[in-house]
Amino acid sequence: MGTVALSETKTMLTLPGDAVRQILWRFADRYDLQMLAQSARAVARGTVARLVASGERNTHEWTPAKAEMLEAFDRSGITAAFMEPEEGGFIVGPKNLALALAAFELAWVDGGAATASLASFLALSPIHERGTQEQVTHYKTLAAPPQPGEDRIPWRGAFALTEPIPYVGVDTGMLSGKVSVAEWKDGEEPWLQVDKRGRFITNIAFANFVTAAVGSIDPRIKGSCVIILEEGDEGSFDRGIPTKKLVHQLSSTGDPIFNMKVPASRIVGGYTVKDGVIVPNFNHGEIIEAVFRRTRVPVGLMTAAKLLSAVEPVIRYQRERFRGAEGAKPGSVRYEQGIQQRQDALHRLVDVWATGEAATSLGFAAARLFDTIEPLEKLKTALLKEQGVQGGRAEMKALRESEQRAIELLSLTPADPRRAELEADPLVDYVLKDAEANVICPATKLWNTGHGANMMREAVSLMGGYGITEDCPGFLANKWMDAQLEATYEGPEAVQRRQLTVTMTSEVFLAEFSAWTADMRRIASDHPGTGACTLASAMHLWQWTLNYLQKTTDPFGNKLYHGQRQGVTFALADALCWLLASRYQILDVLELEARGPEDAVAAEELEGTLQFLSDLCYVQAAQAAGEASRICGELVFGYNQHPTWADEAHRACFMASELEVFEETMPGITAMAVDVLAVDGSHPIKAGPCAGCAGSSEFLRLQNKLTACLSGFRLAKDRAADTVSKVMIPEALDYPA
Amino acid sequence: MANAVHIVVCAGIVPDPLQTLEPITGPNGPGLKNEMVLPAVLDPWAASALYEAASLAAKNPGSKVWLVSLGPKAKLQQVMMTVAQKVHFDLVPIDGPIGGFPDAHSTAAALAGAINAIPGLDKAKLLLFGGWESATRGAGVTLQLTGELLSITDQFQGVDQIDLRDDGSFEVLERVEGGKHQVSVCAGTPAVLGWATGNLAEPRNNPQVGMVNMRTIMPALQKAKPATLAANGLRYVSVGLPKQQRTTRVVKDLTPDQIAAELVEWIGAE
Repeated sequence: MGTVALSETKTMLTLPGDAVRQILWRFADRYDLQMLAQSARAVARGTVARLVASGERNTHEWTPAKAEMLEAFDRSGITAAFMEPEEGGFIVGPKNLALALAAFELAWVDGGAATASLASFLALSPIHERGTQEQVTHYKTLAAPPQPGEDRIPWRGAFALTEPIPYVGVDTGMLSGKVSVAEWKDGEEPWLQVDKRGRFITNIAFANFVTAAVGSIDPRIKGSCVIILEEGDEGSFDRGIPTKKLVHQLSSTGDPIFNMKVPASRIVGGYTVKDGVIVPNFNHGEIIEAVFRRTRVPVGLMTAAKLLSAVEPVIRYQRERFRGAEGAKPGSVRYEQGIQQRQDALHRLVDVWATGEAATSLGFAAARLFDTIEPLEKLKTALLKEQGVQGGRAEMKALRESEQRAIELLSLTPADPRRAELEADPLVDYVLKDAEANVICPATKLWNTGHGANMMREAVSLMGGYGITEDCPGFLANKWMDAQLEATYEGPEAVQRRQLTVTMTSEVFLAEFSAWTADMRRIASDHPGTGACTLASAMHLWQWTLNYLQKTTDPFGNKLYHGQRQGVTFALADALCWLLASRYQILDVLELEARGPEDAVAAEELEGTLQFLSDLCYVQAAQAAGEASRICGELVFGYNQHPTWADEAHRACFMASELEVFEETMPGITAMAVDVLAVDGSHPIKAGPCAGCAGSSEFLRLQNKLTACLSGFRLAKDRAADTVSKVMIPEALDYPA
Repeated sequence: MANAVHIVVCAGIVPDPLQTLEPITGPNGPGLKNEMVLPAVLDPWAASALYEAASLAAKNPGSKVWLVSLGPKAKLQQVMMTVAQKVHFDLVPIDGPIGGFPDAHSTAAALAGAINAIPGLDKAKLLLFGGWESATRGAGVTLQLTGELLSITDQFQGVDQIDLRDDGSFEVLERVEGGKHQVSVCAGTPAVLGWATGNLAEPRNNPQVGMVNMRTIMPALQKAKPATLAANGLRYVSVGLPKQQRTTRVVKDLTPDQIAAELVEWIGAE
């Protein structure tokens, strides 16, 4: 195999199994989730894989075969995963992790199948998040799969936000879909006229109801709202033509046109009437914010699943690459190891694998966090209501004190007696988790899908020409292209970056980030092989850079860190995502180390698994550090004017003759001087004198330190590559190609 | 309730058939390389028995199904995350070693002991189900021995079908040579049935069924009694995988008639 001689360490024997994954992603004690994952896996590697293998992706239309997939979702509990037990579900409490696991398993085989499952939840989400209790019960019960003995076809939904350009897309604040009062008799409920054109609406071919975002064009309706349309309502429910997608063809997408009359009770969350005006309790912006905050996380996990799903087929391809050739006899290195004789093939797969692990860790951390926040958010609302505080802005104002208490908590030593009081404060807990969620949700959506798509290309390349054929095991080419859609829908990359530029500068988040940096150093002292120290140095560099950019202007006096200056803010957001993914990856491995020995299956050969996963952490931390260092360096120095040979700067240079004189009193100065003018006054052939580092020397110190912190990373990569060349894989992929 | 039966299904766990199986010899005798960390499934033949048991129980109100399984309990728990979603049953786990190499007499004794200890089990109504074959190294006698230890002498192997009659007797179809079945009629329970594949498809996963089963499975796993299986003088001289004989051709777009003609030609040549 292609790696150099390595010190003796335990080697991971098989691909990480369910027991290991359940600990890493923290659902080892949740058998409801374990069963859902198994169930979704059976659908993915059975029904869905057969659809893909038989060419169902080759049509844009919704077909009976594709419809079978929805029935499989119903039978296997995937549809019911969104419901409460009393609504026909089987999971009690928050379901973000559950939905994320189902999407992960489905996307392991096909992203379109995962999208189809998520789209139904997305349609229900506005109702789930902000609907009246009546609406919640009514629609979730209708959408639940039939119970034993029931003869009923469950309702499917579609969420219609996106409209034909020029409106909805990056800017969801503007709507061309309109609502007006159609009829309003005294003492009766008003009837509304809804006119909405949708674009790229998922599930539309079979949706029985649609949750549509519309703006008022009637003075008797205030603002905007989300409204529920049913296929049997009066008017036109035109599903439009299917979108000619090149990706995700197992999900239905189209451009519908709705022209319908519905009762005002269909306004999601209800309404009040003030002075003869219908005032929706929630405008469309408030609703979609609540919805997307959660639903974007599973999308990020879909791309992560593809990366991890690529590992096994690539290993098999690499090992079997030369079998059948004249000179490759069983037992020979060429026969047994194939391309894995070569280090490059192994190293590139290690990069894909490490990215997949980091992306999955980040995504599941976000999903779990939302599960924790859900009850906390309700408690926060109740507590504030007791204090007479209600509504978005009033709540934000009221939480400012809690934010300060949260920041104080982060600054306390472990032994500080005040810690217990602050930790027991649910509002402090809420603001801490909220600040984290506001960052890691867009980070998951942005980094997992964006960088994930790049790494899927790398995975495809590792299969050679086979990679871009329909016959490629694991459908890798499909997954690569699909990843591009995942990077786009539910808020494209620019939207995620814009959100990050706001949330990552919150005082609470930055205090948390500092604390996390210190934690990484502590972790590094106990676990030096995880890359935690490298990551801590990179995190420190990032925060220093943010602080610097927030206080610095360009040569024209314009602020560097400014909402409109996306060259700065977006780049810094990108760098942060790398760091966060690496952090959660390391935390997951620590969890495995702590809890693995308690599980008899995971405990078996745990040392080797930990070694490999730690090596992947190190690889990823180093990649993240490299990206952060590059981006931060560009931002800190890139806005300085480069010195020129113009007079002012020219005079600052040494003449060669001067140096000769100085050398007598200051030996070595000639070696230090970089811009020396010749006797005739001519300057070296380059853009100008080398730029100084005035004001940025601290940055250079941190960056230098970070570079040195990469020590050992390539050794870890060699070790990981060695494992990849030896790890046992199944005889065949467990789904058809 | 006249035909209510108590069905005990004996089922081991085996490595997922897609995994690479490599026999090795360790300090405790032969085993499979990395078996503990390989994904496992319920032994497919025994799984058929379980699905047939659930179907039979559903057709005969008052019946009950128990699944008795011997293996490392942590591994059993993993397998249950799928199996428990298929059909309703009570699990009787025995915490023992993994693999297909322990002595069949010791294994049968452990199984019979666990079955004897099942509360509420009416042995007069007992149908002891299991696999006729095994996806791991099957001794081929464990189920029969278990039946003997439970004093059940009516035993059937290679079963594909059972029809319970109103008078309590039942008809059994056992596989015989030539693709035919031997039809037997048994006067009544108790009996041992070693199943071939049966006629039922694998039930789809249903987490709601799983949630109901899990209420009893998890406590049962926590209380699983450890079993030590004595070797009884059993010694393996060598173990190895059967040699693969694969003459696969990948051919697309042949009509059924063409395929059939080729098969006939091949059979003729044999």
